[in-house]
Amino acid sequence: MLKIKNLNVSTADNIQILKNLNLTINEGEVHAIMGPNGSGKSTLASVISGDPKYIIKTGEITFFGENLMELEPEERAVLGLFLSFQYPVEIPGISLNNFIKTALNQKQKALKLKTLSPKFILERIKENAKILKINLDFIKRSVNVGFSGGEKKRAEIFQMLMLEPRLSILDETDSGLDIDALKIVAKGVGRLRNGKSSFVIITHYQRLLDYIKPDFVHVLSDGKIIKSGGPEIAKMLEEKGYEWI
Amino acid sequence: MGSEKNKTLKEITKNKYQYGFVSKIETEKFKPGLNKKIISLISSKRDEPSWMLEYRLKAFDALQKMTPPNWANLKIKPIDLQKIIYYAAPKKPKYNSLDEVDPELLKTFNKLGISIDEQKKITGVAIDIVVDSVSVATTFQKTLKKLGIIFCSMSDAIKHHSELVKKHLGSVVPYTDNYFAALNAAVFTDGSFCYIPKGVRCPMELSTYFRINEAGTGQFERTLLVAEKDSCVSYLEGCTAPMRDENQLHAAVVELVALEGAEIKYSTVQNWYPGDEKGNGGVYNFVTKRGICFNHAKISWTQIETGSAITWKYPSCILKGNNSIGEFFSVAVTNNFQQADTGTKMIHLGKNTKSTIISKGVCAGKSNGSYRGLVKIAKSAENARNFSQCDSLLMGQNCGAHTFPYIESNNNSAIVEHEATTSKISDDQLFYCKQRGIPEEEAIGLIVNGYCKDVLKKLPMEFAVEAQKLLEISLEGSVG
Ligand SMILES: Nc1ncnc2c1ncn2[C@@H]1O[C@H](COP(=O)(O)OP(=O)(O)OP(=O)(O)O)[C@@H](O)[C@H]1O
Ligand SMILES: [Mg+2]
Repeated sequence: MLKIKNLNVSTADNIQILKNLNLTINEGEVHAIMGPNGSGKSTLASVISGDPKYIIKTGEITFFGENLMELEPEERAVLGLFLSFQYPVEIPGISLNNFIKTALNQKQKALKLKTLSPKFILERIKENAKILKINLDFIKRSVNVGFSGGEKKRAEIFQMLMLEPRLSILDETDSGLDIDALKIVAKGVGRLRNGKSSFVIITHYQRLLDYIKPDFVHVLSDGKIIKSGGPEIAKMLEEKGYEWI
Repeated sequence: MGSEKNKTLKEITKNKYQYGFVSKIETEKFKPGLNKKIISLISSKRDEPSWMLEYRLKAFDALQKMTPPNWANLKIKPIDLQKIIYYAAPKKPKYNSLDEVDPELLKTFNKLGISIDEQKKITGVAIDIVVDSVSVATTFQKTLKKLGIIFCSMSDAIKHHSELVKKHLGSVVPYTDNYFAALNAAVFTDGSFCYIPKGVRCPMELSTYFRINEAGTGQFERTLLVAEKDSCVSYLEGCTAPMRDENQLHAAVVELVALEGAEIKYSTVQNWYPGDEKGNGGVYNFVTKRGICFNHAKISWTQIETGSAITWKYPSCILKGNNSIGEFFSVAVTNNFQQADTGTKMIHLGKNTKSTIISKGVCAGKSNGSYRGLVKIAKSAENARNFSQCDSLLMGQNCGAHTFPYIESNNNSAIVEHEATTSKISDDQLFYCKQRGIPEEEAIGLIVNGYCKDVLKKLPMEFAVEAQKLLEISLEGSVG
């Protein structure tokens, strides 16, 4: 579903971050991306979702055959792309509840489908909140405002469950989560794992991968994928560090 | 993300004024010009008692000794009072039912989305619609009458409740107060009068839709609200105006009297023609709004200001009585070449008086928004408290937000707090929204509404929806 070919990406000040990167993700697959700090993992996630901060110098990104580079971030979202941000931003004055409703109905509008009834949305909210053990009062709070680190991550996964994306990129969603929360997040991901939805899981730790078994593990270093393989790579990294490669 | 966002911002701010049209109502009007003869004519046209004419003429004398204020952070072309028409009224001013109303006028209301029919149905809102200067339709009078509430046009009030008007008119805003107040006192043609008797809680929101309708017609409403001891009322005022090229002067005066233990909530949504993208035309809005609170009384001003080329407006509270409370909640949106200098004055005279100020400025395009506020604590105001929060939100690089808080404290027991912030909608916030499938335009609307939430939630329910719509219209509206 996602094909990235020879991708070269720079910042506005022309610092090259991604170098000739290639990655293919098929339906139903889970890919883990690991790599040292500053290697370009978040940049890759941002570029796939269309953050205008980054400039694509050369290369191709297609999603279900569509040239992603020609699409606005919101159009990519409508196609079923979701990013769980490493650092979710605060939006004061808008409740998570209202925000997710707006997002769902904007998507309906873009797909020329009819507006979802508040009742229907509420049912979905309740259902997903239950899975993630989120209190309904929490959903009334302003998006990410004053959320603890773990709460922010949980709120991201909540949005993911609500939007039912076809490809979800989780950028260090496990960082800052306690063991129980980690299991809950894994359960959330498991719910969408139906053989059709795919995941890119960016992480530094093996532990999330214990709960969400990846099909492939890639190691990103200095903007390049330097190693790809199965789950065993993650285990080796955990034991021996990046030196091992 | 520079150019991309600028493009969308430009499109958003280009948004045409939706309510710009002129209804073809036959109108009776005077020749332009301001002199004693015109003032006498206004007064006699309205069958006013002689004290009213005398009052107007005294105001006119005072006006001639005054000059327009120039301390505001506004660039204003000189206004020639002699070029203004001081009276215009629909030819057939009163109707018993909608069938009698000029169909053109009904069409106008329909275009505005405020058809009288619809309004009547909505949650019992009584409406006193002012087209130009004369009230056209007044509803719900019976219910109000039973409670002894008077809600009528100012001209009716002068005729039928002369003593009440005489007692309170000019008691809060005397004609000597400022240039525009003097002008208004001399030439006001209509407006609303509201009287709530002792101990009565008005069971419905009282609402007035103002509308400037006639080319070159100055609009000088006069509103007076008197809430007797322990009474309570919520009043709504909303405005839209048709698209025009020449500037239209508007100088209204609103006076609120909250007697002991009374509570007045006054909400405004102002959406007059702001001028075009090039800065041509638009309404000049110079308003004097002030209320006085006696012991234990409370006055709350809530305003959503999105229209007008120039806004000069400082709804204020004189906290005369002990334990009285003044509040000011404001959202002021400026776009294109709009200029707004708005804020409030809280004058603490009584003991244990409290005031709260929450001001949210949103500036886009090449506009300028200023908050100007005075918190004055008199020597007598033992234990006075004030909290002020003034936030500005900037959109794009070409607009400006300014804050001028003045604090005069003459009593050591007073606590005055002031907080101010200036922010921008961050690229990261926009990207976050877009990643969730919310396009830029909607994202901006969402963020702005969130930013203004503390004020929007102070509006009565019926108005909150309308106000949100207005914010969206003035900032995002019909792109493409
Ligand atoms: N907008 C930017 N301007 C300049 N440099 C940037 C920008 N964004 C990222 N970088 C740099 O690009 C490199 C890759 O950053 P990125 O956030 O993608 O790393 P990461 O692999 O996600 O790291 P971590 O594991 O710490 O999250 C870093 O050196 C970072 O400083
Ligand atoms: Mg990162």
